[in-house]
Amino acid sequence: MSKFNVPMTIEELKRMAGVIRCDIIEMICTAGAGHPGGSLSAADIVTALYFRVMRIDPKKPAWPDRDRFILSKGHACPVWYAALAERGYFKKSHLATLRRMNSILQGHPDMLKTPGIDMTAGSLGHGLSAGLGMALSGKINQKDFHVWVVIGDGESQEGSIWEAAMAGAKWKLDNLTAICDRNNLQNDDRVDNVMPMGDLAGKWRSFGWNVKEIDGHDMESVVKTLEGARNSKGTPTMVIANTTKGKGVSYMENIPEWHGKAPCLKEAEEALEEIRRCSCEI
Amino acid sequence: MKSKNRSPYHYIRFDILSMLTSKDLFQKAEQQATRYSYADAVCKLGETHPEVVVLDADVSKSIKTSEFAKRFPGRSFNFGIAEQNMMAAAAGMATTGLIPFATTYAVFASMRALDQVRNSIHYPKLNVKIAASHSGLTPGPDGVTHQGQEDLSILRAIPNSTIIAPADPTATHLAVKAAADYLGPVYLSFTRDPVPVIFNPDYPFQIGKAVTLRDGSDVTIIAIRDLVVQALIAAEHLVKKGISTRVIDCHTLKPLDQRAVLKAARETGAVVTAENNIFYGGLGSAVAELLIENHPVPMQRIGIRDTFAESGPYLDLLEKYGLSAAHIIKAVKKVVSRKAILKNRKVSK
Repeated sequence: MSKFNVPMTIEELKRMAGVIRCDIIEMICTAGAGHPGGSLSAADIVTALYFRVMRIDPKKPAWPDRDRFILSKGHACPVWYAALAERGYFKKSHLATLRRMNSILQGHPDMLKTPGIDMTAGSLGHGLSAGLGMALSGKINQKDFHVWVVIGDGESQEGSIWEAAMAGAKWKLDNLTAICDRNNLQNDDRVDNVMPMGDLAGKWRSFGWNVKEIDGHDMESVVKTLEGARNSKGTPTMVIANTTKGKGVSYMENIPEWHGKAPCLKEAEEALEEIRRCSCEI
Repeated sequence: MKSKNRSPYHYIRFDILSMLTSKDLFQKAEQQATRYSYADAVCKLGETHPEVVVLDADVSKSIKTSEFAKRFPGRSFNFGIAEQNMMAAAAGMATTGLIPFATTYAVFASMRALDQVRNSIHYPKLNVKIAASHSGLTPGPDGVTHQGQEDLSILRAIPNSTIIAPADPTATHLAVKAAADYLGPVYLSFTRDPVPVIFNPDYPFQIGKAVTLRDGSDVTIIAIRDLVVQALIAAEHLVKKGISTRVIDCHTLKPLDQRAVLKAARETGAVVTAENNIFYGGLGSAVAELLIENHPVPMQRIGIRDTFAESGPYLDLLEKYGLSAAHIIKAVKKVVSRKAILKNRKVSK
């Protein structure tokens, strides 16, 4: 675990996002399988949450008053595992065991195996509903924790996402923030070719959510928007974060094939070199 | 020789015993649909268990959990016609220590929302109670789309599942309380149509512990949910024909009470299972799997053959689709004759 102070400044967050991107590449390369594209697109969002925005204590992963985080697009779990390891929930040496037998790091997130994982995920379209349940519990028990859920734009094709959209507005869950990692790609192809999602912001607005649209790689804007979402009153917030799938690794960016393919050693070295070079420029 | 003073029956109401061979049992007996017994029971839990919350999917008036909503408005959540969201939200609630009772019909609980039920409830072993009404052919007139005839088999195939299908309103009250006190997912199965109140208040309910309702030495009928009363009717007829029939109420399909089933197989040497459920993967399969590996005996299964049913009165459907006492009697006679053939073979060797 690296030494650092939280909450981090914007500059520190940018550097940490670089560290997490390197972890992602190393993990997936070592495992020989995994989902780099969607992990890299969500890296800035997850970094902002774990190193600045969320009220958490890695020493007490089951603290009842902690903020909750759910990566509903569970296949991008390397970004979650990297953030948890860097934050100190478990030793970084576990990252090399991703997808291996007896590992605490399953191919998709398992709340019973990994410290800090608040909800099992992987089957798309569940996480927002689970987060909604947690947010309802917060209201019933008059707790002030906030629930953060990252969903994908491809994932938003699942009908249950829109069931949760209706319910979040019905119960005025202002303690719930969803972030849509809008990287415009999904497993088979571009989202627009597979099943166009159209005006996502307009859709969520019409469902009664407080909608913000940002550049999901502009750390300053990510932090400002998420901190604002915590203080929103009367409606849940949906942050449409426009991102680039594979962000930070030029040869992966915007290429559908890198949704679920591991880089070979040579490719990984090239990727790490590029990420580190960009981090030095911060 | 059994003592004349000692009844072979246990926990069965006297008025039911006196009506078992009467054709108008279902007209005369006190009855209630167990969906309503569930609604009553969960209301009682509301008073003693502050962590209990009830989740509905627009059938709260049908199941009468609308009563819970009236009495505990802050702990009742109607998700609308959106069972998938309800199940995953129940999972999220359970992570914070609440005990959600996610309430809907069996077809929706076990099929529409199965992905959520498997991946978000059972895989992480979350403390969600799934309350499913309209099981088997009990929603007779509603027809196939609302007849939950596969739910027991589907849920049984999922690891970490506990499946309870109580036979009457008395058992339902005890089952709901036991489910709330059990840590982990529980699937509860209820009837749409009324079933007779068959049990005395001393009926013992423990998850995973089958209840012997009638002693017998020639054959055992192992029944679940609404077919328990059919098994009792069958046994009373069979006893009159000289076949000493044991009846076991196997209210917990999973975990199966292996000890009770094996004991019955060893002591009576012939088994008939009875379930108002598709006959793949449910009670008959569970018993057969256990016996084949441990103590094979002649066995017959009563269940819905490989077919969808149709609209019709509940009791008429039981008759047409092979689930009534008359069908159980036939199955028992068959299994008893198979047992006799086996015995004769052994003797002739």
